[in-house]
Parts: sequence; C-alpha cells; structure tokens
Amino acid sequence: MNPTVRPTVAQPLSPHLQIYRWTWTMAMSVFHRITGTALYGGTFLVVVWLVALASGPRAYDTVAWFFGSLIGRAILFAYTWVLMHHMLGGIRHFIWDAGYGFDRDRRLGLARATLIGSITLTVVIWAIALLVR
Amino acid sequence: MSQVDNRQNTALSMRTPRARVKGLGASGHGAGHFWLQRLTGASNALLMLAFVVIIALMAGRTYPQAVALVSHPLVSIILILAVVSVTIHMRLGMQTVIEDYVHSHGLKFAALIANTFYAVAVAAACLYAIIRVSLGGLA
Ligand code: HEM
Ligand code: HEM
Repeated sequence: MNPTVRPTVAQPLSPHLQIYRWTWTMAMSVFHRITGTALYGGTFLVVVWLVALASGPRAYDTVAWFFGSLIGRAILFAYTWVLMHHMLGGIRHFIWDAGYGFDRDRRLGLARATLIGSITLTVVIWAIALLVR
Repeated sequence: MSQVDNRQNTALSMRTPRARVKGLGASGHGAGHFWLQRLTGASNALLMLAFVVIIALMAGRTYPQAVALVSHPLVSIILILAVVSVTIHMRLGMQTVIEDYVHSHGLKFAALIANTFYAVAVAAACLYAIIRVSLGGLA
C-alpha cells in the first residue's frame, strides 16, 4: 500500500490569547499561576530572614529594619495577599479535583470568592497582627 | 497492512527498549507529579497559615527574643515542615510553568536544572538556619 501523500499546507494556528474577552474564571486561573510564580521568588525573602537570624544580631537587625520599613511592610503586605490568593486558588482546585463546582454559577462564584476571600483574609491578618502588638 | 514506525527518533530517545516494548508511555507514574502537587498544596495551606502567625509574632522583637521564638521546638518543627513542603511544591509548580512556556530543548533543560538547584538551595539554607538557631548558643 502506498503511503498517503498529503499536500503541504500551513498549519492552522489557534487564535491568540489577546482576542478573547477576559472572564472571571480566566483571570483567576492566570492569577493562580502568577501568584505561584511570585511566591517562588518570594521564598528567597524567607531564606534572607532565616539566614540572618542564624548569622547573629548585626545581620538580623539590618533585615528586621528593612522589613519594618515602609517598603519592607509593603512587600510583606503584598506577600500576604499573594499567599492567601494562591492558597484559596489551590483550595478551588481541590474542589474541582473532587468533582464539584463546574457548573456556570458555581464556577463564577468560586472565582469571585477567591478574590474577595483573599482580600478579606489579608486585611483580617494584618488587622489582628497590628492590634495584638 | 503496512506498519508505520511512529516511534520517536530512537537514536535520540532516552526511553529504554523495554519501556518502548511495553508501550505504556508515562502511564503509571504520570499522576505522581499531579498528586504530589495536591498533597504539598494541602500541607502548604496548613503550614503557611502557621507561618503567617509566626511571622506576625516576630514583628518588633529584639534579637534574643526572635531567637527564643524560632528555637521553640514547636516553632522549629513547623518551620522545618513548611520549608520541606513548600520547596517540593514550588519546584513541581515551576516545572509545570517551564514545560508550558519554554519550548527550546536546550533552554528547557537548563531551566529545569536551575529550578531544581534553586529549590534545593532554598531548602538547604532554610533548614541549616532553623537548625542552627534552634540548637542554641546564639543569644
Ligand atoms: C480563551 C483563551 C484561553 C484558552 C483556550 C486557554 C487554555 C488553557 C488551558 C487548556 C489550560 C490548562 C488548564 C489546566 O489544566 O489547569 C490553561 C491554563 C492556564 N492558562 Fe490559559 N487559556 C486561555 C487564556 C489565557 C490567558 C489570556 C492567559 C494569560 C495571560 C492564560 C494563562 C494560563 C495560565 C497561567 C494557566 C495555568 C493556570 C492553571 O492551571 O490553573 N490563559 N489555559
Ligand atoms: C498556601 C497553600 C498553597 C496551596 C493550597 C497551593 C496549591 C496549589 C495547587 C493546587 C497548584 C496546582 C495548580 C494547577 O494544577 O494548575 C499549585 C501550583 C503552584 N504553586 Fe501552590 N499552593 C500553596 C502554596 C504555594 C507556595 C507557598 C508556593 C511557592 C513558594 C507555591 C508555588 C506554586 C507554583 C509555582 C505553582 C505552579 C503554578 C501553575 O502551574 O500555574 N504554592 N499550588
């Protein structure tokens, strides 16, 4: 049997991302990856903090001063939000993995809950942290 | 019926002849990555909430007080578990991201190696520091 000869045609390309309208679910999916990647880099801050603590008071005081400064606090605040968002996004994945939350309304509800929940948790954590001091 | 050899370039493939004969591809361990990502995701959720509390308690402490907090056995153990869980999770997660976006063979290879090095270096530095602090003698 002879092999089928196919005409060479340009492969069809799938439409590119930018032509799609943004939706909640798409935005939260993208955000899960962005926050995961940000946390990946942010772990370096944890290394700096712990190694400074193990290195002695001079190193630690410098790092503590930085994290206590306005920029340092802004970074920690953002870190908290990114972490909470990624955590809730992960829990959303677990709900899907268990087979729930795929219909239109719940999909949308979960996507919105991720954003609203992460902002709420971040504010609550910082309010408690500042009040307890 | 003619046979079509649709195997990958066998000169370049790292797949063993036996694996090729079995023809199962990645099945069997294909879900391992997926599952470990979920498992460490779940442990991350618990451990990172504890981590946030620990960080909040660190604020405004003097050096001896900070050392005292981290060297508390419960805090040390939670931090160690968090480091192990997070570094495994972030390495797997970044591997997925690299595989999705880096298509050049050589670059992908380099990126995957760098990813592992980063995760292991982060884990080693954190674990060293936690153990160094908790074994005492610093403050
Ligand atoms: C309508 C257009 C799009 C289609 C058809 C599409 C398709 C997909 C598919 C099939 C996945 C894998 C889902 C999974 O197994 O978890 C995915 C994940 C992802 N996509 Fe898209 N995508 C679109 C738009 C976008 C846009 C605009 C971006 C970024 C600007 C993006 C970034 C991502 C990211 C970061 C992930 C991984 C997130 C996750 O797995 O939860 N996507 N996309
Ligand atoms: C706090 C609790 C956390 C939970 C519940 C969680 C859960 C998850 C889940 C379920 C995924 C897979 C998503 C998918 O299949 O598309 C994921 C991806 C990822 N996570 Fe986490 N995670 C957590 C914390 C972290 C931390 C602390 C880091 C980094 C230091 C991190 C880094 C990543 C990265 C880089 C990805 C890959 C992103 C992607 O493929 O789109 N995660 N996480």
